[in-house]
Amino acid sequence: MHAVNSPATLTAVRPRLTWFTFASPANFYRLAGVLGPVCGLVAAAFAVAGLWMGFFVAPSDAVQGEVYRIIFIHVPAAWLSMLLYVAMAFWAALGWFLNARMAFIFARAIAPTGALFTVLALWTGSLWGRPTWGTWWVWDARLTSELILLFLYLGYMALVAAIDDTRRADKAGALLAIVGVVNVPVIYFSVVWWNTLHQGSSLTMGKEQHMASTMLVAMLLLTLACWAYAFAVVFVRAQAIVLEREGDTAWARALVAASNQG
Amino acid sequence: MQWHSLSEFIDMGGRGGFVWGAYGTLALLMLAEPLLARWRHRAARVAIAERMADEEAARAAGGRP
Repeated sequence: MHAVNSPATLTAVRPRLTWFTFASPANFYRLAGVLGPVCGLVAAAFAVAGLWMGFFVAPSDAVQGEVYRIIFIHVPAAWLSMLLYVAMAFWAALGWFLNARMAFIFARAIAPTGALFTVLALWTGSLWGRPTWGTWWVWDARLTSELILLFLYLGYMALVAAIDDTRRADKAGALLAIVGVVNVPVIYFSVVWWNTLHQGSSLTMGKEQHMASTMLVAMLLLTLACWAYAFAVVFVRAQAIVLEREGDTAWARALVAASNQG
Repeated sequence: MQWHSLSEFIDMGGRGGFVWGAYGTLALLMLAEPLLARWRHRAARVAIAERMADEEAARAAGGRP
């Protein structure tokens, strides 16, 4: 069977899909233009559902009253801050070993969003800690390692911004990102390894949950919302970086020329 | 539902400042970040368009590209 391409509807011959199709900046750019808005809509839908569950279905906490509702955004933000760091380090490593252009672009596109979720995890945690622990901040293992995560993100962003040569900047940043990944398990297991003021994991795989199921559902819905949000915004930023780097290529110029005529 | 009035909802059992401080900051940052990313995307497009226009002008002025 062979596909029939109609020249009227397809501006370019449809590329054959392989593992490397989207390693091409031009192909990725088009894909991201579709997936970005879809992820944004998915994020909004999950956010509405999660906020509804969190504020109108989940009951008050027996010990903490209403302030515990910060958990519905605190835990997703903290999870995403770690997950995005691992994703950033993964792409940085892939870029390093395969010398893949798009991989470095993904690593750079992820960093600001990861930093944002780290700030949110620290900030929401602080606003939760004050009324429940009586303090905004303590230098315990969980909080300190999460703060180090923020410095790793900021350090990565500052480093790649400070080096003019794109390839050298990508490689230097990748090294920092890869070395810093050791901090992620430290954050995750800090409440187990050390005696911290921070409470233990809210959710442990394979264990009976001690949270009300409606609370758990709200937290998971907002985690999915944050996840989809991260995809959406990273796609847009990656598109921007692709154009910043590929401005002299024919496809990028054709794209800009076409959109300026429209 | 555990809320009997809007003011009770806003008050959050006397912890409204903490709860809404957390949610408000999240909303603010998560609205601002996509805008910044979009501006960066648009700026990249504009930069390419300007470079093309400059080259076009140079060609029109008679210089060989």
